Amino acid sequence: MLSYLLLTLALLSSAAYYLGRNRAFAVANGHIRNLHSLPGFYGSYTALWCGLPALLVLALWVALQPSLITDLVVAGLPPELHDLPADRLNLVVNDIKNLVNGNIVSSAPNPAILEAANHYRNLRVIGNSALWVVIVSLALAGLAYSWNAIAPTLRARNRVEQIVTLFLILSSTLAIFTTVGIVLSVLFESILFFQHVPITEFLFGLQWSPQTALRADQVGSSGAFGAIPLFSGTLLISGIAMLVAVPIGLMSALYLSEYATPRFRAIAKPALEILAGIPTVVYGFFAALTVAPLIRQIGTAMGLQVASESALAAGLVMGVMIIPFVSSLSDDVINAVPQSMRDGSYALGATKSETIKRVLLPAALPGIVGSILLAVSRAIGETMIVVMAAGLSANLTGNPLAAVTTVTVQIVTLLTGDQEFDSPKTLAAFALGLVLFTITLILNIIALRVVRKYREQYE
Amino acid sequence: MSKPNATAVPTASRDIKTIVNATLKRRHAAERRFRWYGLLAISLGLIFVLLMFGNIIGKGYPAFWQSYIQLPIKFDAAILDPEGNRDPHAIENADYAALVRTGLRALFPNVEGRVELRALYALSSSDAPLELRQQVMAHPTLIGTEQEIWLLASATVDTFVKGNIDRQAEEDHRPIKDNQIGWIDQLQATGKLKQRFNTILFTSGDSREPEQAGIRGALMGSFYTLLVTFLLSFPVGVATAVYLEEFAPKNRWTDLIEVNINNLAAVPSIVFGLLGLAVFINFFGLPRSAPLVGGLVLSLMTLPVIIIAGRAALTSVPPSIREAALGMGASKLQMVGHHVLPLAMPGMLTGSIIGMARALGESAPLLMIGMVAFIVDVPKSFLDPSTVLPVQIYLWSDLPERAFVERTSAAIMVLLAFMILMNGLAIILRKRFERRW
Repeated sequence: MLSYLLLTLALLSSAAYYLGRNRAFAVANGHIRNLHSLPGFYGSYTALWCGLPALLVLALWVALQPSLITDLVVAGLPPELHDLPADRLNLVVNDIKNLVNGNIVSSAPNPAILEAANHYRNLRVIGNSALWVVIVSLALAGLAYSWNAIAPTLRARNRVEQIVTLFLILSSTLAIFTTVGIVLSVLFESILFFQHVPITEFLFGLQWSPQTALRADQVGSSGAFGAIPLFSGTLLISGIAMLVAVPIGLMSALYLSEYATPRFRAIAKPALEILAGIPTVVYGFFAALTVAPLIRQIGTAMGLQVASESALAAGLVMGVMIIPFVSSLSDDVINAVPQSMRDGSYALGATKSETIKRVLLPAALPGIVGSILLAVSRAIGETMIVVMAAGLSANLTGNPLAAVTTVTVQIVTLLTGDQEFDSPKTLAAFALGLVLFTITLILNIIALRVVRKYREQYE
Repeated sequence: MSKPNATAVPTASRDIKTIVNATLKRRHAAERRFRWYGLLAISLGLIFVLLMFGNIIGKGYPAFWQSYIQLPIKFDAAILDPEGNRDPHAIENADYAALVRTGLRALFPNVEGRVELRALYALSSSDAPLELRQQVMAHPTLIGTEQEIWLLASATVDTFVKGNIDRQAEEDHRPIKDNQIGWIDQLQATGKLKQRFNTILFTSGDSREPEQAGIRGALMGSFYTLLVTFLLSFPVGVATAVYLEEFAPKNRWTDLIEVNINNLAAVPSIVFGLLGLAVFINFFGLPRSAPLVGGLVLSLMTLPVIIIAGRAALTSVPPSIREAALGMGASKLQMVGHHVLPLAMPGMLTGSIIGMARALGESAPLLMIGMVAFIVDVPKSFLDPSTVLPVQIYLWSDLPERAFVERTSAAIMVLLAFMILMNGLAIILRKRFERRW
């Protein structure tokens, strides 16, 4: 229904464009130079007047109608239903809505609910017809008003450009709204969580078992929300990843920028960057089904105790995923070192590798550190690889062959599946999200600042 | 004065030369070693790419073929249409499984006993009766005739035929029994068991039975999600890039916007999922698992990519174009709309396609908003519960059956094919339309 209304609105607007344009030609007496703006602007002016107010009202209406109808229906319920406690009332309302939509209801509907469902349906039909009438008449009114307003002196271009500029400005603020949205949503739920669990216990506790029991008298019914094992697990896996990614990424970048022929570079660089384009779920699949069993076999052959979901497997594969980040960022940094520094070193008789080790790396170090920090933040926030290849049990251990769990894994396990939204278990996921967001934000800010400062140094 | 000098220089230079020569071999060896490390690092990365692709293709390509068994099916009127009036309702609810069972018994007439018969019936998929029903519903004239019909074999048979179950293993340790192996061998010998191209993989939704599971539902879910993502993030991204690059005054506010965009580009994707869950689902009350919500979340993630690419494309348009347009009396917006934007469009599209490819592979934030459910139906709108291709891969990778491992790899191959396609498109766009000034 909504799509038809939108389609009608679009058709009306395009009609308005042509009407407005023709009107502009008409009022100009055939001489365009009499007009303030080009005829097309008069067309756009009419189209905007026709479409925009109607669209805004439509959005508002669609957002408000369901809750308004629900309120009306609830108000019309017989008193024995109407006076139910809030959560029971919610169930009744759900039943009514399900009946309206033709879904299965939880219990055999009693006549009062059936009647309410009918009431709901009627109200919805009335609401929808009213919506059509209001929207179409609003569009026509806008069209008529602006069509009438068209005169050679009307500053149509300025009006239209004002609206377009407004759209540009609004779009650019969306980034800020997104950040605010992230911070607020994570912070709000975290504060709720910290009312259940003290923040010190969350940040410094050594026990993590979020399974809250159904009965209050059960052992461990409160659950334990000490996040230290998660932090240590995240650090262990990202540490392994960095041990793989930093040497390989850095050496590849050095080779590509200092040794490789242009031909080789033109092939090898994009080939390495394929690694960055592969979806993480593919890495996760490879880690869980190929790398982890392989490591387990090798470990067992050497007489070691290897968990089937070892931190090593997830870390290794994550390291490979991060190689291109390290290598392309360091590549930029290395290329930014002025050629004169290399030439000076060669003139003193140093070999290429000596130049790299004694001159290039020290000069590029801040930038390389920045790129490594960015890679670390990427590793900490990586989700799918660890969800698929790392374990669920929160062990506080530094052993790479044991199974550990990470912050992201716990967020996913806490939030997938059915549970009430305001239990400490689900809220804990938001608290973890807050930690994750804060840490990656700090890392990113430091890294970006370091890289920028370093660039300025040589520019 | 000149004499001692003349002798001193050669001795000193000879000294340095010996010192240098003595260490030269070591230094050159170190140089060579260093070079080899570099090559080693690159080849390690490349080898990993090859290993992973090889592994996945090796596991996945058999999934494009599927085993079918040819059965003599007697479309018995007594079973299908006992009243003889061709009532569609009766035909729809007839016992088609009985037809399949009779067909299997007709192939192996000397199988007897409940256990044996049940093992025999397990050869064909539970989809076979549905397939028969579809055929009869479409062509009621089939009733009363006898046809040789190719029907889907069960996943166990398929896995065995593809050589993924060890024939030599002990009977208790494999999902397929000795008598079943005997029947399969007979079927293969008579040419009644064949591998055909697996169309089900592309035409059906998810299923608990591996042989009936397909990726169409996930593909459509991905399509709707990406459509929403593109429709939202492309206009807004372009508008933001244009505003920041062409209109924005240099002040604190625009600085704040820029810092925000750069930071959003590096926020972990799962945090966007938390945002989607808290804001779109809990606050605005949008339905869970809907492509609309998935698209909203992914467009917030893709926005920074598009904005950054768009700004780069805009800066590469030379200022002389702008000055010429302004000099001809165009307004600032006309200058941007008529000249700068069309010239920057290929670069912007390239950036957006790369951003969309990334969104296509993204799964973590979609797990948060419930696009991870088991959904059989192919979604038909932006509000139907659905899942996307990467999440389907994640879901299948959890299932223990060997046939699902195969299908997971096949789904990965499809996903990678789409990503290669999109990135290739971006490269072609850049190569064809990018102008160097």
